[in-house]
Amino acid sequence: MKVAVLRFPGTNCEFDTQYAFERLGYTTTLVWHKEDRLPKNTQLVVIPGGFSYGDYLRSGSIAQFSPIMKAVVKYANNGGKVLGICNGFQILTEIGLLEGALKRNNNLHFISKHQKLKVINNDNNFLRKCKKGEILNIPIAHADGNYYIDDKGLEELEANNQILLRYSDSSGNRVVVNGSVTSIAGICNKEKNVFGLMPHPERALEVILGSIDGIKMLQGFED
Amino acid sequence: MKAIINVYLKNGVLDPQGKATHHALDSMNFSKVEDVRIGKQIIMKLSNRDKEEAYKEVEKMCEELLANTVIEDYTIEIV
Repeated sequence: MKVAVLRFPGTNCEFDTQYAFERLGYTTTLVWHKEDRLPKNTQLVVIPGGFSYGDYLRSGSIAQFSPIMKAVVKYANNGGKVLGICNGFQILTEIGLLEGALKRNNNLHFISKHQKLKVINNDNNFLRKCKKGEILNIPIAHADGNYYIDDKGLEELEANNQILLRYSDSSGNRVVVNGSVTSIAGICNKEKNVFGLMPHPERALEVILGSIDGIKMLQGFED
Repeated sequence: MKAIINVYLKNGVLDPQGKATHHALDSMNFSKVEDVRIGKQIIMKLSNRDKEEAYKEVEKMCEELLANTVIEDYTIEIV
Protein backbone atom coordinates (compact mmCIF):
# COMPACT_ATOMS: atom_id res chain seq x y z
CA MET A 1 0.00 0.00 0.00
CA LYS A 2 1.62 3.25 -1.12
CA VAL A 3 0.88 6.36 0.88
CA ALA A 4 1.82 9.89 -0.19
CA VAL A 5 2.26 12.25 2.79
CA LEU A 6 2.11 15.90 1.77
CA ARG A 7 4.35 18.55 3.20
CA PHE A 8 3.71 22.30 3.14
CA PRO A 9 5.79 25.04 4.74
CA GLY A 10 4.60 24.86 8.36
CA THR A 11 3.46 21.22 8.31
CA ASN A 12 4.78 19.54 11.46
CA CYS A 13 3.15 16.11 11.70
CA GLU A 14 4.59 14.65 8.50
CA PHE A 15 7.23 12.50 10.22
CA ASP A 16 4.82 11.19 12.87
CA THR A 17 2.39 10.36 10.09
CA GLN A 18 5.08 8.63 8.06
CA TYR A 19 6.24 6.71 11.12
CA ALA A 20 2.70 5.60 11.89
CA PHE A 21 1.93 4.32 8.42
CA GLU A 22 5.33 2.64 8.03
CA ARG A 23 4.87 0.92 11.39
CA LEU A 24 1.62 -0.52 10.13
CA GLY A 25 3.34 -1.85 7.02
CA TYR A 26 2.52 0.82 4.48
CA THR A 27 5.15 2.34 2.15
CA THR A 28 5.26 6.13 2.42
CA THR A 29 6.69 8.99 0.39
CA LEU A 30 6.92 12.61 1.51
CA VAL A 31 5.68 14.93 -1.21
CA TRP A 32 6.71 18.60 -1.19
CA HIS A 33 3.86 20.99 -1.93
CA LYS A 34 5.59 22.46 -5.00
CA GLU A 35 5.33 19.14 -6.82
CA ASP A 36 2.59 19.11 -9.40
CA ARG A 37 2.01 15.37 -9.41
CA LEU A 38 1.60 12.56 -6.93
CA PRO A 39 4.01 9.59 -6.94
CA LYS A 40 3.02 6.84 -9.37
CA ASN A 41 0.57 4.27 -8.00
CA THR A 42 -0.29 6.33 -4.90
CA GLN A 43 -3.10 4.48 -3.12
CA LEU A 44 -3.73 7.01 -0.37
CA VAL A 45 -2.90 10.70 0.03
CA VAL A 46 -2.51 11.96 3.59
CA ILE A 47 -2.48 15.67 4.41
CA PRO A 48 -0.92 15.74 7.87
CA GLY A 49 -1.33 18.20 10.72
CA GLY A 50 0.59 21.35 11.44
CA PHE A 51 0.30 25.01 10.57
CA SER A 52 0.67 25.28 6.82
CA TYR A 53 1.65 28.85 5.90
CA GLY A 54 1.54 29.77 9.59
CA ASP A 55 -2.28 29.59 9.56
CA TYR A 56 -2.14 33.04 7.94
CA LEU A 57 -5.47 34.46 6.75
CA ARG A 58 -7.34 31.30 7.86
CA SER A 59 -6.07 27.82 8.70
CA GLY A 60 -5.59 25.90 5.46
CA SER A 61 -6.63 28.78 3.23
CA ILE A 62 -3.30 29.38 1.50
CA ALA A 63 -2.19 25.76 1.20
CA GLN A 64 -5.15 25.08 -1.06
CA PHE A 65 -3.32 26.99 -3.82
CA SER A 66 -0.09 24.97 -3.65
CA PRO A 67 0.64 23.15 -6.93
CA ILE A 68 0.26 19.67 -5.39
CA MET A 69 -3.34 20.40 -4.41
CA LYS A 70 -4.43 20.52 -8.07
CA ALA A 71 -3.15 16.97 -8.40
CA VAL A 72 -4.90 15.98 -5.16
CA VAL A 73 -8.26 17.37 -6.33
CA LYS A 74 -7.91 15.51 -9.62
CA TYR A 75 -6.92 12.34 -7.74
CA ALA A 76 -9.90 12.65 -5.39
CA ASN A 77 -12.32 13.38 -8.21
CA ASN A 78 -11.17 10.16 -9.87
CA GLY A 79 -12.06 8.24 -6.73
CA GLY A 80 -8.61 8.29 -5.08
CA LYS A 81 -8.55 8.11 -1.28
CA VAL A 82 -7.52 11.23 0.64
CA LEU A 83 -7.20 11.62 4.42
CA GLY A 84 -6.78 15.02 6.08
CA ILE A 85 -5.74 15.12 9.72
CA CYS A 86 -6.16 18.35 11.70
CA ASN A 87 -4.62 21.03 9.43
CA GLY A 88 -5.21 18.54 6.61
CA PHE A 89 -8.93 18.57 7.44
CA GLN A 90 -8.88 22.38 7.37
CA ILE A 91 -7.19 22.36 3.94
CA LEU A 92 -9.76 19.87 2.59
CA THR A 93 -12.69 22.07 3.68
CA GLU A 94 -11.00 25.22 2.32
CA ILE A 95 -10.48 23.63 -1.08
CA GLY A 96 -14.02 22.28 -1.11
CA LEU A 97 -13.30 18.53 -1.14
CA LEU A 98 -15.17 18.37 2.16
CA GLU A 99 -18.18 20.42 3.19
CA GLY A 100 -18.36 22.96 6.01
CA ALA A 101 -15.59 24.98 7.64
CA LEU A 102 -13.43 24.93 10.78
CA LYS A 103 -13.69 27.98 13.01
CA ARG A 104 -11.76 29.12 16.06
CA ASN A 105 -12.57 26.97 19.13
CA ASN A 106 -15.46 28.40 21.11
CA ASN A 107 -13.31 28.95 24.21
CA LEU A 108 -10.53 30.53 22.07
CA HIS A 109 -7.98 28.12 23.56
CA PHE A 110 -5.58 25.80 21.85
CA ILE A 111 -6.88 22.45 23.11
CA SER A 112 -4.35 19.64 23.46
CA LYS A 113 -5.42 16.45 25.25
CA HIS A 114 -6.65 12.90 24.83
CA GLN A 115 -10.30 12.90 23.84
CA LYS A 116 -12.94 10.18 23.60
CA LEU A 117 -14.60 9.86 20.22
CA LYS A 118 -17.66 7.91 19.22
CA VAL A 119 -17.68 6.10 15.88
CA ILE A 120 -20.84 7.29 14.13
CA ASN A 121 -20.51 5.55 10.76
CA ASN A 122 -18.18 2.78 9.70
CA ASP A 123 -19.51 1.99 6.23
CA ASN A 124 -16.42 3.56 4.70
CA ASN A 125 -12.78 2.74 3.97
CA PHE A 126 -11.41 4.64 6.93
CA LEU A 127 -13.38 3.36 9.91
CA ARG A 128 -14.39 -0.07 8.60
CA LYS A 129 -12.24 -1.80 11.26
CA CYS A 130 -14.04 0.09 14.05
CA LYS A 131 -17.49 -0.81 15.33
CA LYS A 132 -20.40 1.58 15.05
CA GLY A 133 -20.84 3.23 18.45
CA GLU A 134 -17.35 2.20 19.57
CA ILE A 135 -15.54 4.72 21.81
CA LEU A 136 -11.99 5.58 20.77
CA ASN A 137 -9.40 7.51 22.72
CA ILE A 138 -7.39 9.78 20.40
CA PRO A 139 -5.36 12.94 21.04
CA ILE A 140 -6.59 16.29 19.76
CA ALA A 141 -4.42 19.41 19.39
CA HIS A 142 -5.98 22.38 17.66
CA ALA A 143 -7.16 25.98 17.94
CA ASP A 144 -9.42 25.94 14.89
CA GLY A 145 -11.43 22.75 15.20
CA ASN A 146 -14.89 24.17 15.67
CA TYR A 147 -16.72 22.51 12.79
CA TYR A 148 -19.47 24.57 11.21
CA ILE A 149 -22.05 23.60 8.63
CA ASP A 150 -25.52 25.05 8.08
CA ASP A 151 -28.65 23.08 9.01
CA LYS A 152 -29.30 21.89 5.49
CA GLY A 153 -25.71 20.71 5.11
CA LEU A 154 -25.92 18.89 8.42
CA GLU A 155 -29.07 17.06 7.32
CA GLU A 156 -27.26 15.89 4.21
CA LEU A 157 -24.24 14.70 6.18
CA GLU A 158 -26.57 12.70 8.42
CA ALA A 159 -28.62 11.29 5.56
CA ASN A 160 -25.54 10.11 3.65
CA ASN A 161 -23.71 8.62 6.66
CA GLN A 162 -20.93 11.19 6.21
CA ILE A 163 -20.39 11.87 9.90
CA LEU A 164 -17.46 9.71 10.97
CA LEU A 165 -16.79 10.71 14.58
CA ARG A 166 -18.23 12.84 17.36
CA TYR A 167 -16.57 14.06 20.57
CA SER A 168 -18.09 12.04 23.39
CA ASP A 169 -17.63 10.88 26.97
CA SER A 170 -16.76 7.27 27.76
CA SER A 171 -20.44 6.28 27.64
CA GLY A 172 -20.88 7.74 24.18
CA ASN A 173 -22.79 10.91 25.14
CA ARG A 174 -21.87 13.94 23.06
CA VAL A 175 -19.61 16.45 24.77
CA VAL A 176 -18.80 20.03 23.80
CA VAL A 177 -15.06 20.22 23.21
CA ASN A 178 -14.57 23.11 20.80
CA GLY A 179 -18.10 24.15 19.82
CA SER A 180 -18.43 21.93 16.73
CA VAL A 181 -21.94 21.56 15.32
CA THR A 182 -23.39 18.45 17.04
CA SER A 183 -19.87 17.71 18.37
CA ILE A 184 -18.62 16.57 14.96
CA ALA A 185 -14.92 15.56 14.99
CA GLY A 186 -14.63 14.07 11.51
CA ILE A 187 -16.56 13.69 8.26
CA CYS A 188 -16.18 12.25 4.78
CA ASN A 189 -17.51 13.30 1.39
CA LYS A 190 -20.62 11.81 -0.17
CA GLU A 191 -18.59 9.41 -2.30
CA LYS A 192 -16.71 8.23 0.82
CA ASN A 193 -13.21 8.59 -0.58
CA VAL A 194 -12.20 11.88 1.12
CA PHE A 195 -11.90 11.87 4.92
CA GLY A 196 -11.17 14.66 7.37
CA LEU A 197 -10.85 14.70 11.15
CA MET A 198 -9.39 16.98 13.80
CA PRO A 199 -8.05 14.21 16.13
CA HIS A 200 -4.64 12.66 15.46
CA PRO A 201 -4.82 8.86 15.01
CA GLU A 202 -1.09 8.80 14.13
CA ARG A 203 -0.39 9.79 17.74
CA ALA A 204 -2.27 6.82 19.20
CA LEU A 205 -0.27 3.73 18.23
CA GLU A 206 1.63 2.92 21.39
CA VAL A 207 0.50 1.98 24.90
CA ILE A 208 3.24 4.08 26.40
CA LEU A 209 1.75 7.15 24.70
CA GLY A 210 -1.69 6.54 26.19
CA SER A 211 -3.70 4.81 23.48
CA ILE A 212 -3.45 2.38 20.60
CA ASP A 213 -6.86 3.19 19.14
CA GLY A 214 -5.27 4.92 16.15
CA ILE A 215 -4.07 1.57 14.80
CA LYS A 216 -7.46 0.25 13.74
CA MET A 217 -8.31 3.60 12.20
CA LEU A 218 -5.23 3.70 9.97
CA GLN A 219 -5.52 -0.03 9.23
CA GLY A 220 -8.82 0.68 7.55
CA PHE A 221 -6.92 1.72 4.45
CA GLU A 222 -5.20 -1.66 4.06
CA ASP A 223 -5.81 -3.54 0.83
CA MET B 1 -6.24 53.30 -5.82
CA LYS B 2 -6.85 51.25 -2.72
CA ALA B 3 -9.25 48.51 -1.74
CA ILE B 4 -10.43 48.26 1.83
CA ILE B 5 -11.90 44.85 2.51
CA ASN B 6 -13.68 43.84 5.69
CA VAL B 7 -14.16 40.15 6.39
CA TYR B 8 -16.31 39.03 9.29
CA LEU B 9 -18.31 35.99 10.39
CA LYS B 10 -21.82 35.81 8.96
CA ASN B 11 -24.79 36.72 11.07
CA GLY B 12 -25.94 33.57 12.78
CA VAL B 13 -22.43 32.11 12.93
CA LEU B 14 -21.25 32.40 16.52
CA ASP B 15 -18.26 34.73 16.85
CA PRO B 16 -16.37 33.50 19.94
CA GLN B 17 -13.84 36.37 19.85
CA GLY B 18 -16.61 38.96 19.66
CA LYS B 19 -18.45 37.24 22.49
CA ALA B 20 -15.37 37.12 24.74
CA THR B 21 -14.64 40.79 24.03
CA HIS B 22 -18.27 41.68 24.76
CA HIS B 23 -17.95 39.94 28.15
CA ALA B 24 -14.78 41.88 28.91
CA LEU B 25 -16.43 45.19 28.01
CA ASP B 26 -19.38 44.22 30.21
CA SER B 27 -17.08 43.56 33.15
CA MET B 28 -15.53 47.01 32.56
CA ASN B 29 -19.04 48.48 33.01
CA PHE B 30 -19.53 49.47 29.37
CA SER B 31 -23.08 48.31 29.82
CA LYS B 32 -24.58 49.74 26.63
CA VAL B 33 -22.72 47.42 24.29
CA GLU B 34 -25.31 45.15 22.72
CA ASP B 35 -23.20 43.06 20.40
CA VAL B 36 -19.56 42.76 19.34
CA ARG B 37 -18.38 41.20 16.09
CA ILE B 38 -14.70 40.87 15.32
CA GLY B 39 -13.42 40.60 11.78
CA LYS B 40 -10.35 41.52 9.84
CA GLN B 41 -9.53 44.34 7.51
CA ILE B 42 -7.37 43.88 4.44
CA ILE B 43 -5.98 46.99 2.77
CA MET B 44 -4.70 46.58 -0.74
CA LYS B 45 -2.88 48.98 -3.02
CA LEU B 46 -3.96 48.53 -6.61
CA SER B 47 -2.59 49.73 -9.94
CA ASN B 48 -6.02 49.60 -11.53
CA ARG B 49 -7.31 52.78 -13.19
CA ASP B 50 -10.93 51.77 -13.41
CA LYS B 51 -12.86 51.60 -10.14
CA GLU B 52 -15.48 49.19 -11.38
CA GLU B 53 -12.90 46.81 -12.79
CA ALA B 54 -10.97 46.98 -9.52
CA TYR B 55 -14.12 46.16 -7.57
CA LYS B 56 -14.81 43.14 -9.73
CA GLU B 57 -11.28 41.82 -9.32
CA VAL B 58 -11.30 42.28 -5.57
CA GLU B 59 -14.68 40.61 -5.40
CA LYS B 60 -13.17 37.58 -7.13
CA MET B 61 -10.26 37.60 -4.66
CA CYS B 62 -12.75 37.59 -1.78
CA GLU B 63 -14.77 34.73 -3.21
CA GLU B 64 -11.69 32.61 -3.95
CA LEU B 65 -9.34 33.36 -1.08
CA LEU B 66 -9.85 36.33 1.22
CA ALA B 67 -13.14 35.15 2.71
CA ASN B 68 -14.44 31.65 3.36
CA THR B 69 -18.01 32.21 2.23
CA VAL B 70 -19.23 29.16 4.16
CA ILE B 71 -18.81 31.17 7.36
CA GLU B 72 -17.79 34.69 6.38
CA ASP B 73 -19.24 37.77 4.68
CA TYR B 74 -17.19 40.62 3.27
CA THR B 75 -17.51 44.24 2.21
CA ILE B 76 -15.35 46.00 -0.35
CA GLU B 77 -14.63 49.69 -0.57
CA ILE B 78 -12.55 51.09 -3.44
CA VAL B 79 -11.00 54.47 -2.68
